[in-house]
Amino acid sequence: MSVNWSKYSAPMAFYPLAGRLIPWFACVAVALMGVGLYMGFFVAPTDFQQGEAYRIIFVHVPAAWMSMFLYVVMAVWAGIGLGLNARLSFMMAQAIAPTGAMFTFLALLTGAMWGKPTWGAWWVWDARLTSELILLFQYAGVMLLRTSIDDMRRADRSSAVFALVGVVNVPIIYFSVQWWNTLHQGASVSMSTGSKMAATMLTAMLLMTLAFWLYSVAVILSRVRCIIVERESLPVWEEEPPVIQKVAEVR
Amino acid sequence: MSRSSMWEAVGGIVRRDLLLAMRRRSDAAMSVFFLVIVVSLFPLGVGPEPAVLRTIGPGVLWVAALLACLLSLARVFTADYVDGTLEQMVLVPQPLAVLVVGKVFAHWVISGLPIVLLSPLLGLQFGLSGESLGVLVMSLLLGTPTLSMIGTIGAALVLGVRGSGLLVALLVLPLYVPVLIFGAGAVTGSMAGIGAEANLSLLGACLVLSLFLAPWATAAALRIALE
Repeated sequence: MSVNWSKYSAPMAFYPLAGRLIPWFACVAVALMGVGLYMGFFVAPTDFQQGEAYRIIFVHVPAAWMSMFLYVVMAVWAGIGLGLNARLSFMMAQAIAPTGAMFTFLALLTGAMWGKPTWGAWWVWDARLTSELILLFQYAGVMLLRTSIDDMRRADRSSAVFALVGVVNVPIIYFSVQWWNTLHQGASVSMSTGSKMAATMLTAMLLMTLAFWLYSVAVILSRVRCIIVERESLPVWEEEPPVIQKVAEVR
Repeated sequence: MSRSSMWEAVGGIVRRDLLLAMRRRSDAAMSVFFLVIVVSLFPLGVGPEPAVLRTIGPGVLWVAALLACLLSLARVFTADYVDGTLEQMVLVPQPLAVLVVGKVFAHWVISGLPIVLLSPLLGLQFGLSGESLGVLVMSLLLGTPTLSMIGTIGAALVLGVRGSGLLVALLVLPLYVPVLIFGAGAVTGSMAGIGAEANLSLLGACLVLSLFLAPWATAAALRIALE
């Protein structure tokens, strides 16, 4: 059985599909988050250097990963939108920005809460922290540029160009702990050398990452649905695929 | 299209922009005065301790150069956008990205070069030594063209948008941060005796990278603005 995937590039066809997918992503995200937090807070052993304070990494590290990952995904959608002139791609890029900004803020906030007992300071001006802060400014810039331009088409395309320009910052954040001699510790998890942490810690962290990722998908899909309703001036708010289909046919 | 006609077009744009700037000298002079005033405010604000001034000097000079460059960005495309010249530039057979390089170069000569030339004098206000002054000039010489390159992307993106003055600052300033860090770091490094080569090399890398990528982004943004 072959599915005609390209039909879902039309906002009208994507709307009901997104509506069907959201509960699945949301439920699995909640379940994984529950298991991940339980493992992180109760199962994982206490760190011999940092004591109990280290446990915030189960939120901090996944949030920081998601903040960078979502920026790249946003830029990819923006690039697809510019290249193929697809409206849904711009809507996806628009929907990703607030979630990415939220994770960036969460990473900075949890980092500060961890930094106070461990480093003795809420904030230090090292390369990792500074570049993550710039990422937050970039998310803000993408959103501000969009809201400042009244013409929807230009707003889409201009913020897409800015998002693509800002991608240069992502590798800088990722490699900042290697390139500069920073207070922020280096990566404990790496593809090449494997992990330098206990297995339960690693499992909890990966579960939380997966949970955050699925949560992002669920939230972004629901936001995309709102954007579709807003932009296509749909007369209905309820999730009624036949009505949406009818509207699509009438148009 | 022959290569010579491309260079002719770029040269024509540079000549025209410089001529326009010469006809309205006060415009260019304003951002230089702004730089001098901002830099002079700091000793008044933090007190005239020579040791303190020497420490904050490189950073203050670089931040002031950043802001002065930002203020002059509105002039790059606005007049051409209003009187329709920009549309003609998009229509000519020469690639828009190459013409953008001409606009950026003219902008740098008008607003960046005066900062570079004036910086040793301002550095003296902060008690920088002779060697550090040389590094300061060198870092600004490498850094200010990058600022012009990145800044014109922002200027093109906000062309004709309401509240564009503030918006361009919010878009461009985060992207200026690496240049600021390396530029001020070069001067601080030379003062601390670590040497400035590493930071100057990074500034050069930023310049090459922005020279390669920024004109395309600016050209894309201009096309979007003119649609």
